[in-house]
Amino acid sequence: MGLDSALHEIRHLDDLSSKDTPTHRLDARAKVLVTLFYLVSMLSLGRYEVSALLPFAAFPLLLAVQGEVPLALLLRRAALALPFVIFVGIFNPLIDRAVHFHVGPLAITGGMLSFASIVLRSLLAVTTGLALVAVTGFDQICRALGRLGMPTTLLVQLQFLYRYLFVLADEALRMLHARVQRCAKNNHPTLREYRTLLGSLLLRTLDRAGRVHQAMLCRGFDGQMPDLRPTTTFGPAEWRFCAIWGLFLIAVRILNIPQHLGNLPLYLGGKAGGLFP
Amino acid sequence: MSHHIVELKGLSFRYPDGTPALDSIDLTIHHGESVGLVGANGAGKSTLLQHLCGVHVPQAGRVRVGDVPVLPSTLGEVRRTVGLVFQDPDDQLFMPTVAEDVAFGPLNIGLPPEEAAQRVDEALAQVDALHLKHRPPHRLSGGEKRAVAIATVLACLPDIMVMDEPSANLDPHSRRLLINLLRSFHHTKILATHDLDMVLDLCERTVVMHKGRIMADGPTGELFSDIELLTACALEPPLRMQGCPLCGAGKEVVSELTVPSASG
Repeated sequence: MGLDSALHEIRHLDDLSSKDTPTHRLDARAKVLVTLFYLVSMLSLGRYEVSALLPFAAFPLLLAVQGEVPLALLLRRAALALPFVIFVGIFNPLIDRAVHFHVGPLAITGGMLSFASIVLRSLLAVTTGLALVAVTGFDQICRALGRLGMPTTLLVQLQFLYRYLFVLADEALRMLHARVQRCAKNNHPTLREYRTLLGSLLLRTLDRAGRVHQAMLCRGFDGQMPDLRPTTTFGPAEWRFCAIWGLFLIAVRILNIPQHLGNLPLYLGGKAGGLFP
Repeated sequence: MSHHIVELKGLSFRYPDGTPALDSIDLTIHHGESVGLVGANGAGKSTLLQHLCGVHVPQAGRVRVGDVPVLPSTLGEVRRTVGLVFQDPDDQLFMPTVAEDVAFGPLNIGLPPEEAAQRVDEALAQVDALHLKHRPPHRLSGGEKRAVAIATVLACLPDIMVMDEPSANLDPHSRRLLINLLRSFHHTKILATHDLDMVLDLCERTVVMHKGRIMADGPTGELFSDIELLTACALEPPLRMQGCPLCGAGKEVVSELTVPSASG
């Protein structure tokens, strides 16, 4: 996916966040808190856990469905992270060769399990993050983080990062197009050219940062970012949202539901050690 | 407030690398005037504008806005009087939504949120951009960004509007809309631009700069008819005064410029 199509999809997420569904209307703090709890619950599972991760897909899926966000868009965007994730875990099967169990003749090693676990966790985390942005909006997420106590300096950095991401990407695109126009044969920039492009972008960014700061000073900036928007309240709907998802996440974190479902015939057959001894 | 709303005396400025930008500038702009600041690239137009709102503080000479000298200690007061519209609207629109951006100045002045919100509506209505209120700035067109950038300054109710290349990157229609909009303002206006036709439309007085110095200061029509002066300052007469490039027909003679009113 090119830089321009990536930008287009980010803008599309922006558009989705302006929808008016009950999920969109929830105070952003509720959605942010549940997402943070979700990430902590999921990421703290053991490294060989794979089946226990499956119920965690319910949160991003339901968030997207209730918020009328196209699942295909989320999955397509999440798939973009796959190459990086695979690169991180690809050597696990070679390093950890301890056999955990067999599926027919195939020996499943610890490395295979941890690799699958890394891929699944990353996909879930990215999908959840995208679903959150699509039903809340990046700006509202920042605001919620601020109201939850994130330091203003960090918050302003995040807001500016998002605001100028588009300007910076447009500049990068223009530079890449200018380069392509002067390259008859080689359409792929070399590492050296990438270095130069990144250096130029950095210098332009520094210049722009200076000008933005001047513009802020000219309108009375004194270190505090004023906020005009009315604050939303954390009402019964938000408490309900947090309680339901909180209980669900605690349950799927403590109990490996797919494993228990798989063991159900054993439990029903009266074998010892199950939920239904 | 002094009758001489902007006064520069012996203003000189060098950039940190030693590049001279302004050299002994003397300039007085009166209340309600529309002044065009023209010159080639590097003539010092933007640097001069930036002195008016305290982005740069004079290294030599002095700048006064009304009765207030531009000093580090008076910047707050100066910036309430002078509103600077930056060349690139993306530099000026940094908040998540248009409404928040326009409210940034009024809230920083210390206005209560209700009054700031009212100023936002008024300023956006003035530039015909009220419908953009809830949009994020990165989703606006060039013309819309320019209009909103002007609204961010209008919301601070400045006495003096200072604009750096206001027509840069605008299509002809947006440019015409901008000219009509600026014509409707009764502020003191100082426009630094390469768009000499725009100056011809809006400013009864023009200051020609070259290499950090003021080369001429006078009625716009008179200066723009002085081909020798314009050539010496790496400028050309406005297109409207050049006529047909083949036969010269249609050349507009502007000896005494009358800036049309908003309604006209």
